[in-house]
Amino acid sequence: MSEEKDEGQKPEEKVKASAESPETPAAAPTSAEETAVSAGSATLEKEPEAAGGSEPPAADLEREAKLKAAAEARAARAAAKEAANAGGAAAPEASADPEREAKLKAAAEARAARAAAKEAANAGGAAAPEAAEPPPPPEPSPKQPQLDAIAQLIRSLVHEEALEDAYINEMSRHMPTIIVKNEHWLKAAERLKQHEELDFAYLRNVSGVDYETHLEVAYHLVHLGSGRELAVKVKADRSDPVVASVTPVWATANWNEREIYDLLGITFTGHPDLRRIMMSDDWVGHPLRKDYEPLDSEV
Amino acid sequence: MIRTEELLLNVGPQHPSTHGVFRIVVKLDGEVITEATPVMGYLHRGTEKLAEQLNYTQIIPYTDRMDYVSAMTNNYVLVHAVETMMNLEIPERAEFMRLIVMELQRVASHLVWWGTYLLDIGAMSPFLYAFRDREIIINLFNELCGARLTYNYMRVGGVKWDAPPGWLDKVRDFIPYMEGKLREYDKLVSGNEIFLARIKGIGRYDAATAIDYGLSGANLRCTGVDWDLRKAEPYSLYNRFEFDVPLGQNGDCYDRYVIRLEEIKQSLRILKQAHEQMPSGGETMGKVPRVIRPPAGEVYVRIESPRGEIGCHIVSKGKAEPYRLKFRRPSFVNLQILPKLLVGETMTNLITILGGVDIVVGEVDC
Repeated sequence: MSEEKDEGQKPEEKVKASAESPETPAAAPTSAEETAVSAGSATLEKEPEAAGGSEPPAADLEREAKLKAAAEARAARAAAKEAANAGGAAAPEASADPEREAKLKAAAEARAARAAAKEAANAGGAAAPEAAEPPPPPEPSPKQPQLDAIAQLIRSLVHEEALEDAYINEMSRHMPTIIVKNEHWLKAAERLKQHEELDFAYLRNVSGVDYETHLEVAYHLVHLGSGRELAVKVKADRSDPVVASVTPVWATANWNEREIYDLLGITFTGHPDLRRIMMSDDWVGHPLRKDYEPLDSEV
Repeated sequence: MIRTEELLLNVGPQHPSTHGVFRIVVKLDGEVITEATPVMGYLHRGTEKLAEQLNYTQIIPYTDRMDYVSAMTNNYVLVHAVETMMNLEIPERAEFMRLIVMELQRVASHLVWWGTYLLDIGAMSPFLYAFRDREIIINLFNELCGARLTYNYMRVGGVKWDAPPGWLDKVRDFIPYMEGKLREYDKLVSGNEIFLARIKGIGRYDAATAIDYGLSGANLRCTGVDWDLRKAEPYSLYNRFEFDVPLGQNGDCYDRYVIRLEEIKQSLRILKQAHEQMPSGGETMGKVPRVIRPPAGEVYVRIESPRGEIGCHIVSKGKAEPYRLKFRRPSFVNLQILPKLLVGETMTNLITILGGVDIVVGEVDC
C-alpha cells in the first residue's frame, strides 16, 4: 500500500510531542511566580474539594486537571507575551489585569488538584499489587508429564543420546522444550511429525539465534486441535554452522530456513533451494550475527 | 500443431496487483504458467536487527511498519510478549481498549483486502465503498492516537491513551452502520456471476497441504481446519465473548472471500459485547518499572492477526534491549504456497490467487 510512505513520519513526531507536553503546564507558573501568592488562598479553598471528592476516578481527575492546566498555561504565556510587547511598564500592568490573574489562579488550582490526584493514585495503586502477589508455586509444571513423555519417545525412537536437554520454559507459558543433538535432528523431526503420539504436523515458527558461543535454531511446533506445544532447539557450531534441513518434513520450513541462512549464515543441508531471500544475492556477511560489520559502512 | 515458446515474464515489483513491492518471475507456456519464482526483499528494513539496539518501547513504532494495514495487532504481539516475560498485570480497561482497537483493526484490514481484491479482479466501485467505510475506523484511530496508519498505541503494561469522551459511543454507532454496509456488499458483489466465475474453484488446496505449508488465518480455515488463536489459545479477553469461527470446505479463493466477510461480522459481534462489558473507568496503564527489563530467558507468543498467526519470539539477557527479536509474520509464511498454486494456472488467475492470499509486503519482508 502506497499510503505507508505518506504517514511514515507520524509516530516520531508524536513521540516528540508527548515528550514536550509535560513541560507545557509547568511553564506557566514560572512565568507568573509573583502572582501565584495571590492565587494561594483560592488554592487552599479548592484543594480539599479536589482531594475529598474522590468519587470520580483519580485518573480522570488528573487528566482533566492536566488538560485544564495546559490550556491555562497556553493562555498565560500568550498574555505574558502581549504584556512584554506592551513595553517597560508591562509587569505591574499585567499583574493588575484581572483576566490574567484569574487564569493564573486556575492554573495553580489545577496543579494542586493534579498533585492530590497523583497522591491518591499512588496510595491506591501501591496497596493493590502487593496484596495480589502470589507466592511462587513450588510444585512442578503442569506440562512436566507431557515433556517427559515426548523426551522418552524421542529417546526410544531416534537414539538413546538424541537429546541434550529437556526442560520446561516457564516464562513462555510453560513451554515444553527439548534440545536435540545436531546429528540426530532430521530423524527426530521425521518422528515428531509422523509418530501418532507426537503428531506435530504444524510447524508454526523457525527462529535463528546467535548466542556468540554457538548458533541455535529454534522450532516451535503445535498440534492443531489439542493445542499441545513443543519447542525444539538445535545447536550449531559458530565457525561452520550446519543444520539438517527439515523442508522435506515440513514444507513451511523452506523460506524460514532461507531467511536464517541469509541473516545468520547457517547452512541447511538437504534444502532444495538455499539462496538468500531478504538481502541481495551479492551481499557480504550475515546481518543478524552479533559480530556483523557492514562491508560498506555508509550503507 | 502450433509450436509454442517458453516466455519468461517479470511481474512487479511495481505492479499494482502485487500489493506493494513484491516481484514474481513466471515462466509461461502460452497462457499457462509452468513455473513461478517469488522474489522479495525490496521492503526489507532489518527490523529485527534494528530492534537489538532499541529498548522495548522504542520497538513498538517499528511493529507498526511491518503490517501497516493492521498495526494494532502488531503492537499487541510485541507488548504481549514482553508482558508474558515480566508476568505483568494489565488493567481491565486497558485490555478492553486493546481488544476494541484490535477488532476494529481486523474490520479495517479486511475492508482493505475486500476492496483491493475486487480492484485486482477488475471491479472498481467496491474499492471506493470499502475505503469509504474503512475511513470511519481510520478516523476513530486518528482521534484516539493521532495517526491514521502507524498508531504506536500500545505500551508494555497498557495503552498510551484512554478513549476520548464520546469515542466509545462512536464505536458503538459504527457497528450497526457496518452491518448494514455488509449487506450492501453482499448485494453488490457476493452473488455476481462474473465474480464467482473468477474465484470459485480457483487456487484450491486441501487441509493437509495447508498445514504442511504452515498457513494460518483464512488461508488455513478455508480448508475446514478449525484453528483461530482467539479460540484455540485464548489471549487478551477473547474467552469472555461469544463469536463464531467461520470455516470453509473447498479451500478455494471463494471460501477465503466468504470467510473474510464473515469475520467482519464476527468482529462486529465482539465489538458489541466489548462495548457493553467495558468498565466505565479505571487505569489504562498497569504498574510497570521505569525501565523495562524482562528477566533473562525466552518467550514465544502468538496472536490472530487479520492475516493469520503473528508470533513474537524474544530472547532476553535481562537488558533493556532484546538480545534477539524474531517476528513470525503470517504474510511471509502464507506466501510460500504461491509457487505451488500457480503451476498450471493462467496469468489472470495469478492475480486472483495472489490477492486471495492477502499479503502485506511490509510484513513479508519485515
